[in-house]
Amino acid sequence: MEETINKLKIKVPVMADLAAHGKTPEYLFWVGSAGSYDDRAKKISRAFAKLLAHAGVDYAILGTEESDSGEAAKRAGAEFNFQMQAIANIEVFKMYGVKKIVTCDPHDYSILKNEYAQLGAELEVYHHSQFLDKLIAQGKLKISNQYLASKTITFHDPCYLGRGNGVFDEPRNVIRSTGAHMVELKRSKIRSFCCGAGGAQMFKEAEKGKTEVFAARTEDVLEVTPDILCTACPFCMLMLTDGIKYKEKQEQIKVLDIAELLADALQL
Amino acid sequence: MVAQILFSMVLLTAIALFVRNVRRIVNAISMGRPQSINDQPALRWRKMLLVAIGQGKMVKRPISGFLHIIVYVGFLLVNIEMIEIMIDGIFGTHRIFGILGTPYNWLISGFEMLAIFVIVACIIFLVRRNILKVKRFQAVELTTWPRIDANIILLTEIILMSALLIMNAADTIILLRNCGIGVDCYSFLVSSLLLPIFNNLDTNTLIIIERAGWWIHILGVLAFLNYIPYSKHFHIALAFPNVWFSKLQPNAAMPNMPEVTREVEIMMGSRPESDAIENQGVFGAKDIVDLSWKNIMDSFACTECGRCSAVCPANQTGKKLSPRKIMMDTRDRAEELSLFKRLHGADSHDGKSLLGNYITAEEVWACTTCNACVEECPVTINQVSIILALRRYMVMEQSAAPSTINAMLTNIENNGAPWKYAAADRANWTKELYMNEVK
Repeated sequence: MEETINKLKIKVPVMADLAAHGKTPEYLFWVGSAGSYDDRAKKISRAFAKLLAHAGVDYAILGTEESDSGEAAKRAGAEFNFQMQAIANIEVFKMYGVKKIVTCDPHDYSILKNEYAQLGAELEVYHHSQFLDKLIAQGKLKISNQYLASKTITFHDPCYLGRGNGVFDEPRNVIRSTGAHMVELKRSKIRSFCCGAGGAQMFKEAEKGKTEVFAARTEDVLEVTPDILCTACPFCMLMLTDGIKYKEKQEQIKVLDIAELLADALQL
Repeated sequence: MVAQILFSMVLLTAIALFVRNVRRIVNAISMGRPQSINDQPALRWRKMLLVAIGQGKMVKRPISGFLHIIVYVGFLLVNIEMIEIMIDGIFGTHRIFGILGTPYNWLISGFEMLAIFVIVACIIFLVRRNILKVKRFQAVELTTWPRIDANIILLTEIILMSALLIMNAADTIILLRNCGIGVDCYSFLVSSLLLPIFNNLDTNTLIIIERAGWWIHILGVLAFLNYIPYSKHFHIALAFPNVWFSKLQPNAAMPNMPEVTREVEIMMGSRPESDAIENQGVFGAKDIVDLSWKNIMDSFACTECGRCSAVCPANQTGKKLSPRKIMMDTRDRAEELSLFKRLHGADSHDGKSLLGNYITAEEVWACTTCNACVEECPVTINQVSIILALRRYMVMEQSAAPSTINAMLTNIENNGAPWKYAAADRANWTKELYMNEVK
């Protein structure tokens, strides 16, 4: 049977536009600063938007009304800066009647779920790994091809998703749903080793040491010789992409977010 | 009679000294800021049962975990015999519980088995530290004293257990020789193996050996009791409350500062200006007194095992940060300042501080807040909480963050992103987005 492939233009719905028509979507897709501005992370946002469109999810983004979550500021110790951001964002959530949020960034997932709640936000927050796992379980994202069946995939647990918030199974379920062969890293799940970006490290030079954290983590990855290294965090993505390049393995190992992996598997 | 009086005096003195030592640590802990921790008591008791009493996290490293459980169980059970030793010492009786007959034999034999296991475990621990030189015990923060401290503890435990076995062996022979003249004979599982060593000695020598064993054991225990509060070994007491008072939220959740919420709300107009509080103290922590009492308790509960630093990404890649050192510095500084305050009055200050004199900015900024240390700690110490408090002080009171961090913060304030991108461009990623539609 011959397949015809049409290019469909996706219009990502924006909260303000929907509100103008008196509509409140079920979910807010919180894109986060990395997903909005960083070139590599933007690809994750685009892949996730495709999946949301494909699964027919009722959602919107805040667009230009979104502001930084204040996560990096909080971990850096800038509590004023963080709380200014948080309280302003919570006001926006209230204005649009936001109840459920999904985000691709475990840092924002964590801070929205934990610290924003301390400031009175009543939100149901999902990381996109949980969300995608649910959509797969509901049959809204069906992978019928064997496109990735011959691939070996490993997963790097982002600290703020795994050890930080206890989400271990969902990203693995998403990877397994593609039919790929999954291998675990030596240090995984609750004992996963950091990529080196958390706690505002992303925004500063590393202190002097004998090696870089991302390089040490990349060595764990090389040990299991995967075809694809999956992660579920824009910051881990940046650090590990650098690590794979640093070890000159970019020809052998692709670094993908689970949303990108899934969008690839669905040939979206 | 003289022995009874002597014993009672030694016992009372040891207890009085211990109370004083504990009070010293309580004072050090109470230098910290108040923090109310009493929510979800059922969950707290369960966590304590699992992690502290059940050693739930210790076994994650199977070898040291298994050996530690032996010493822990040995310590708890062998100390039951202390009850008998104290009664005998005060009332001049001899093996008062001996009247139990055969069950007594089993009980003491069981204790002796444990004593042997404890001795073996302690020897293995000594070998791991001093001969195998396990990496965890070779770190820079383990200077001379921490290493000696660890060895003193292990050797003391070996001596105490040996004294118990020697005392029992000598006692068994003495009683065997007196058998038939109205004395019940007993023989214990492990010490009976030592009998050939003592069999040729005359009864008077044996009595001296037995008494020496008894006194060494009890004096050793009482001396150890008062050594522990000066040592890392105080974890045997604080592990339990420390787990009870530990954070129940997910590792990643960091408490917000309510005093900041108040000011931000006033700034944003959602709270009247009359709510402002003058002189609310420093933001974050520069010294011990700025930390929460729980942070200080954490430091006294630390037994310097180094599991935290062994999983710390910064430490393992050669950075100066070591979560274990953060805890040791906090404890050392708490002891230093509380001693100074005891000598010079509660309001006095020695001019030193935790940040600067003990912990450097380089260490504070190397943390990725990955919480590997927190997750790993067998007594649920929260190292990241102290690091964050120090960062808060540096950022909010000193504006002493690395320059790129300051730039990130300025960007967030100006354009709502940690980078210098226009807020208007936030949704640019949505442009020209296409999806394949497979038909």
